[in-house]
Amino acid sequence: MAVAQGAPPRGALISFKIPRGRAVSLTLYIIRRILWLIPVLFFVITITFVLIHFAPGSPWDKEGKQLSAAVVRNLNAKYGLSDPFLVQYGRYLVNVVHFDFGLSFQYEDQPVSGLILKSWPPTAVIGVLAFLMIVIFGIGIGVVAALRQNTWVDYIVVGFSTVGASTPAFVLGIILIIIFSVTLYRITGGNFSLPTGDFALDQHLIMPVVTLATLPIAFIARLTRASTLEVLRQDYIRTAWAKGLRERLVVTKHVLKNSLIPVVSALGPTFAVLITGSVIVESVFNIPGIGRAFVVAVSSRDYPMILATTILFSVVVALANLVVDLLYTVIDPRVRLG
Amino acid sequence: MAAPLLRVEDLRTQFFTSRGVVHAVDGISFSVARGETVGIVGESGSGKTMTAFSILRLVPDPGRIVSGRILFKDQDVVQMNDDDVREFRGNDVAMIFQDPMTSMNPVTRVGVQIDEAMTAHERFSKKEAEARVVPLLQKVRIPEAVQRARDYPHQFSGGMRQRAMIAMGLSNEPALLIADEPTTALDVTVQAQIIQLLKQLNREVGAAIILITHNMALVASLCQRIIVMYAGRIVEEGPVEQIFDSPQHPYTWSLLRSVPRVDVARVERLVSIKGLPPDLVRMPPGCKFHPRCRFKVEKCEREEPPLEEVAPNQVARCWVMMRNVPQEQREETKAGEVSQQAATELKQAGSG
Amino acid sequence: MAAAAAVSLEQIDWENPEQIGLWRDAWQRFRRNPIAVGGLIFVCLLVLDALLAPLLVSLHLIADPLKQDVAHSYAGFSPQHLLGTDYLGRDLLSRVMFGARISLMIGLTVQAIYLAIGGTVGLIAGYFGGRVDNLLMRFVDIWYAFPDLLFLLVVVAVLGPSLFTIFVAIGVIGWVDLSRLIRGQVLSLKEKEFVEGARAAGSGPSKIILRHLLPNTLGPIIVSLTFGIPRAIFLEATLSYLGVGIPPPTPSWGIMIQDGYQAIFAYPHQVLVPALALAITMLSFSFIGDGLRDAIDPRMRR
Repeated sequence: MAVAQGAPPRGALISFKIPRGRAVSLTLYIIRRILWLIPVLFFVITITFVLIHFAPGSPWDKEGKQLSAAVVRNLNAKYGLSDPFLVQYGRYLVNVVHFDFGLSFQYEDQPVSGLILKSWPPTAVIGVLAFLMIVIFGIGIGVVAALRQNTWVDYIVVGFSTVGASTPAFVLGIILIIIFSVTLYRITGGNFSLPTGDFALDQHLIMPVVTLATLPIAFIARLTRASTLEVLRQDYIRTAWAKGLRERLVVTKHVLKNSLIPVVSALGPTFAVLITGSVIVESVFNIPGIGRAFVVAVSSRDYPMILATTILFSVVVALANLVVDLLYTVIDPRVRLG
Repeated sequence: MAAPLLRVEDLRTQFFTSRGVVHAVDGISFSVARGETVGIVGESGSGKTMTAFSILRLVPDPGRIVSGRILFKDQDVVQMNDDDVREFRGNDVAMIFQDPMTSMNPVTRVGVQIDEAMTAHERFSKKEAEARVVPLLQKVRIPEAVQRARDYPHQFSGGMRQRAMIAMGLSNEPALLIADEPTTALDVTVQAQIIQLLKQLNREVGAAIILITHNMALVASLCQRIIVMYAGRIVEEGPVEQIFDSPQHPYTWSLLRSVPRVDVARVERLVSIKGLPPDLVRMPPGCKFHPRCRFKVEKCEREEPPLEEVAPNQVARCWVMMRNVPQEQREETKAGEVSQQAATELKQAGSG
Repeated sequence: MAAAAAVSLEQIDWENPEQIGLWRDAWQRFRRNPIAVGGLIFVCLLVLDALLAPLLVSLHLIADPLKQDVAHSYAGFSPQHLLGTDYLGRDLLSRVMFGARISLMIGLTVQAIYLAIGGTVGLIAGYFGGRVDNLLMRFVDIWYAFPDLLFLLVVVAVLGPSLFTIFVAIGVIGWVDLSRLIRGQVLSLKEKEFVEGARAAGSGPSKIILRHLLPNTLGPIIVSLTFGIPRAIFLEATLSYLGVGIPPPTPSWGIMIQDGYQAIFAYPHQVLVPALALAITMLSFSFIGDGLRDAIDPRMRR
């Protein structure tokens, strides 16, 4: 190839256009990752299904009330529980492919998909708000702490992230309730009392969102701080200073661009933490979301509901991980798609 | 003689650690003329790198320049405010570092990194800066520079990265380029190319160069003048030929003898310097080199010698001076001190 | 411009590494960390409490945690009941003290299960590499992708809540981190000279694993297990809090928090006491874990 002379076209150096070969491999990568979802889901369904099927006792055993043999037989027939295991399993797989998750055990004749659709919005709203908080505050305070290492700002952030990372969400929620809804009830005008009626986008969301977000914020802040400190020690940061760059440029273009790479890859698992957290937070704050629906399903052995929720959670976590991994390959040019 | 480009006066840089104060640079003075090439040599820990960092005010925590002046074109770098220092770095004095593998931002295109070295300063407009990137890369002989400017550092080889670093350093046409062990991380053939490149750029661009190294051979091939540092101070300084012909400080003498040189007919045997450099927190009294010096006299343990003129333009810090050491005494080296490798190399040189 | 000085100090070699034994070295570093030592002291007190609580009851120094006295439910502070009583008139202090027994038991037993499963999977994957490694790690990937509390809830829903179920369920879900860690350690150690040497000397795989690889991965394993303890305690408390954990009337902090939560507006201390006990216990273990990691971290040992 001949050595081309002169300057590249204006803006070419800074363009973010992904070269053609890379675009193709990126598409292939996404397809492969989505296909990889199938065995994951299959695995989750199988494990859960097997566990449920071979569990001791039947879902109709409830404390206090004993159903007659005839009623149990009827119920079993209605839900197809008298068929051989493989038949039930096969039928379930076929139905799942058609987005049919069966009927709920606890609320008779109600399809599970309807129950999930109904309880989905509060969980999503709280989850998204918490996630935004995590990204903004977790990364924000982590970076500030690292840039001001060994100052009181840093000590506060380190203290917060140490305590925050090992305080269970329900303990934090309870402490918040005691502070704001019990002790400061008058001062806050009751604004932080527990949601009683319908779920709404109002100030009642503050406590649940804070409760849900605190642990991941602590975790992300800690990670961001450590990774930023690591990057600050790198030779290329010294190079950036030696070039005479302004502090703002050194921090944004050189420090952050590198130190956020491991943080981005940690945001995927954060989704799993959020889902776990939503189960707890919705119970503490009485929120009619999918997390609480799951707990209710668990304690009343509503197997179709348990299965469907499990599948949903797995898909969400897997998709979140996919998005994060894609983001990762975009921000780090050294990563080979594979 | 015109005013020198850079004049360092009684510079002291110290690190305040939990173990005590580390005297990394302990009162050194030297100057560099326009277009001159100067080599600063010494073992690791001798303070040569911290001298370079001090010149650019890049001394890391917990270190600080405690006293002295660094006059660049009669302006004192030590007294500059942060904005002036920023403008000075990379513009008047540029620096290239030891390890090209880690000295470039891995997630930014090489071209952008060179471009930004120029846009950080006012010498070139945005447009000019961008237009200069490719010619700069071509100047340091990077093939297919147009494409290469858009590559990321990991797509470059070590030698190419160091070339790119040099292009970055030269981008603002600085009056002084400090190269801190620029070839240590590279293999021998690439080393020679980089030194050749620096030499040529010094001739063409006219930038003065300070080469920091522990390798005497590199100094010989690039520099006009040589400064030998030990324990944070200068122990000998002078024109390269003169120092190579008649080193006066035993440390310089040992350094020269620890490098096999094929181009010089060898009468003396290769020796290695025994012992370690002194602890910079608790330095020995007297001459800092005396615990390792084979020619020391009683006075060396008590009193530190001053830098003394030993020949025109040549100074050395020694009570003994090598010219006073008889030839037989120099040859009394114990067998164990002759490294095996050096011995075989000698043999090869002798038979070749 | 303090941040400007982010230049590596490695050029200056003024640290003369002292040759102290690895573990003594780590212990000395640990001892100099007041937060970690504080955590350790609290945990020691907790262990003492867990061991001595039954004795204290038989000596009538504290009340029986199971003895109900409905007539005196939600009693205030008194010499008989230093922290008052709960909704069934049971002594709160005694129940909190007995709650430590469950939490510690869970925390420690579960680590043994982690070590057994995670250790085996990690060692096998790391040592044999290739296809075995690939298969095991794929499995671990899937396992890892799923939120652990949810799986735990499913298992408990299916098997029914009992002490044994809780132990096994928590033990079976949390080993993945450890197996990854051990696999990574083994992979990096495998190429080291001393392993090569042992192989050259004709040692078989099991001998190499037990004699050479395991001892050298011990530091990070201990740290990981220490962090596993608060995790297990947290999971048990959460299950109990959600009403599917340790069956009542066994005093577990999670149950006590749930019970107290019902009366949070009237008697906030009922929930606060077990909540703080749980939080402080988890924090103490985390502090110990942090301290151990800093003490053992090979990067700092250099």
